[in-house]
Amino acid sequence: MRQEILQILEGDSRLSAAQIAVMLDSTEEAVQAEISRLEEEGVIVCYHTLIDWEKAGRELVTAHIAVKVTPQRGSGFDQTALRIAEFPEVQAVFLVSGDFDLMVLVEGATIQDIARFVSTKLAVMDSVVSCTTHFVLKKFKQNGRLFGRNHSDERPNILL
Amino acid sequence: MISEMLNKRIQEVNPSGIRKFFDIANQMENVISLGVGEPDFATPWHVRDEAIYSLEKKRTAYTANAGLWELRVEIANYLERRFHLEYDPKDQILVTVGGSEAIDLALRALINPGDEVIIPEPTYVSYRPAVIMAGGVPVAVPTYEEREFRLTAEDLVPHITPETKAVILCYPNNPTGAVMERADLEKIAKALAEHRLLVITDEIYSELVYGIEHVSMASLPGMYDRTLVINGFSKSFAMTGWRLGYAAGPRELLQAMTKIHQYTIMSAPTVSQYAAVEALRHGLPEVERMVQEYNRRRRVLVQGFRSMGLSCFEPKGAFYVFPRVRDLGMTSEEFCTNLLMEERVAVVPGSAFGESGEGFIRCSYAYSLESLQEALRRMARFVEKHAKER
Repeated sequence: MRQEILQILEGDSRLSAAQIAVMLDSTEEAVQAEISRLEEEGVIVCYHTLIDWEKAGRELVTAHIAVKVTPQRGSGFDQTALRIAEFPEVQAVFLVSGDFDLMVLVEGATIQDIARFVSTKLAVMDSVVSCTTHFVLKKFKQNGRLFGRNHSDERPNILL
Repeated sequence: MISEMLNKRIQEVNPSGIRKFFDIANQMENVISLGVGEPDFATPWHVRDEAIYSLEKKRTAYTANAGLWELRVEIANYLERRFHLEYDPKDQILVTVGGSEAIDLALRALINPGDEVIIPEPTYVSYRPAVIMAGGVPVAVPTYEEREFRLTAEDLVPHITPETKAVILCYPNNPTGAVMERADLEKIAKALAEHRLLVITDEIYSELVYGIEHVSMASLPGMYDRTLVINGFSKSFAMTGWRLGYAAGPRELLQAMTKIHQYTIMSAPTVSQYAAVEALRHGLPEVERMVQEYNRRRRVLVQGFRSMGLSCFEPKGAFYVFPRVRDLGMTSEEFCTNLLMEERVAVVPGSAFGESGEGFIRCSYAYSLESLQEALRRMARFVEKHAKER
C-alpha cells in the first residue's frame, strides 16, 4: 500500500486520505497513518505544485550548469555540492557521471542574474575547476508532465 | 422507391432507439460524460512510434490475408502465455479489422437462414443486428443483478432448441462489468456438452479484470473444439482507432471465416498490424499500469453510487459500473434524459443493451479521476432531489 500511496500522491498531492482509501480499498485511518509515517520518515519531503511560469506571465530564466570540481580529501564531492546547494537561487544539485561532476539547476529573473551568480559565487569557489552554463530555451516536459498542451477529450459524449 | 428496394433484413434492423438521446448529449455544451465505451488513455508511445517507423520503412502494402505472420505468431504466444490456449498461427488465427469484423465473419460463416443464436443480455449492442444481418434469429437470455449479471446454466438451457447454432458470450461484459469465473464457466460448459452448438466468446476486455484471473471459455475441458475466441487490441492496449482484432479457433471455422475476409476485406490495416506486434512484445507493463489506474477509478465510482443510496454490484471487469436507478421511479431512459437536462451528465440507459438492462445505467470509468468526481457530485445532487420527490 505504501508504494501505491506514494504513486498516487506524486500524481496529485491534494487527494485526501479518505479519497485515497476508496481508490485502494482501504480505510481512511489506515491511509492517514501511513501518510503520517511517510512524512515522519522523510520519504515524503514536501507537497509541491508544478507551475508553468511562462503561462503565468512571469519571466523566469532557468539554466543547467555543468560544473567540474576537484574532489576534497575526506569528503569527495559532497562538501562542494552542499555548499553550492545552500544558495537560494539553486534549485537542484546532482552528482553525475561523465565529462563533468555536478549538474546545478539555477533559476533567476534575468540572464544577468544567472551570469552574476556564476561569475561571483560559483566559478570563484576554490574547488570549482570550470562551469559550462546551458540556458533553458523551452520546457516541453517536467516531472513527468507535458507542458503547453490542453488535454481535451475529443471523444463524443456517448459512444457504445 | 429505394427504401422498398433495400434488403429486408437490413430494414428489419432498427437504428438504435435512443439515437436521439445520444445526439442531444453530443451536441450539448459543458457536459460531463461517463458515456464512452473506449479507453481515455492514448495508445502507448512505443506502439505509436513503431507504427510511424513502419511507415518510414515503406511497409504500406497488403499483408497476407490472415494477417502478418509475425503478428499471428505473437498472438499465438500471447494466448498461450496468458490463457493457456494453444493455436497454430498457420491456420487457426485470423487478424481482423477490430473484434467487430471477427464477430461478423463468424456469424456469416455459421448461420443458415433461421438458425438461432443465443445472446445473454444486457450486452454489447452489435451482436443482435449482426445475427439478423447474417440471416439468423437472435434469442435473448436475460441475466440478473442478484447474480451479478453472470450467466447460469439454468437461465441458458431452456433457450436451446434444435435450431440453436451458437451462443455469444461477452465476459468481462459491456455494459455491466460482469465477469464469468472458472466455476461459472464450468457449469455452462457442462450444460452445453450434450448440445450440438458453438460458443463465440468475445473476450475483448480480458486484460481489464480486477482482483480475479480471466479464464477463457476455450480453455475449459471439452470446449476447445467448439469455441471461437475473439479478442483484440482496442481495449487492452488503448488502440480502438487502429481497428485491429483477431479470431482464434477450430480450423474449419477459421478457414470459412478467412474466405469471407479475403473476399471482402483483403487484409487488416498493415500499419496497425506492425503496431500490434510491438504492443504484444513490449506493451504489457503499460497495460498493467492502465489496469491499476482503472481499478482505482472503479472503486471511486462504486463507492460513489453506493453512498448515494443506489444499489450497485461490484463489477470485476471491463471499465463499466452498472448501478440500479429503478428505485427512483424512472425508466433508465427517463433517468438519463433528466440527468442530462438537469445536471448535464451523460450516461447510457441500460435498456440500450437489452430489455434486462432496463432500470440500470451504464457509467464508464474511462475518464480522469477529476471528471469522475465531478460527475459523482452532480449525480448525487440529482439522486437526492428525486429521492425526496418520491
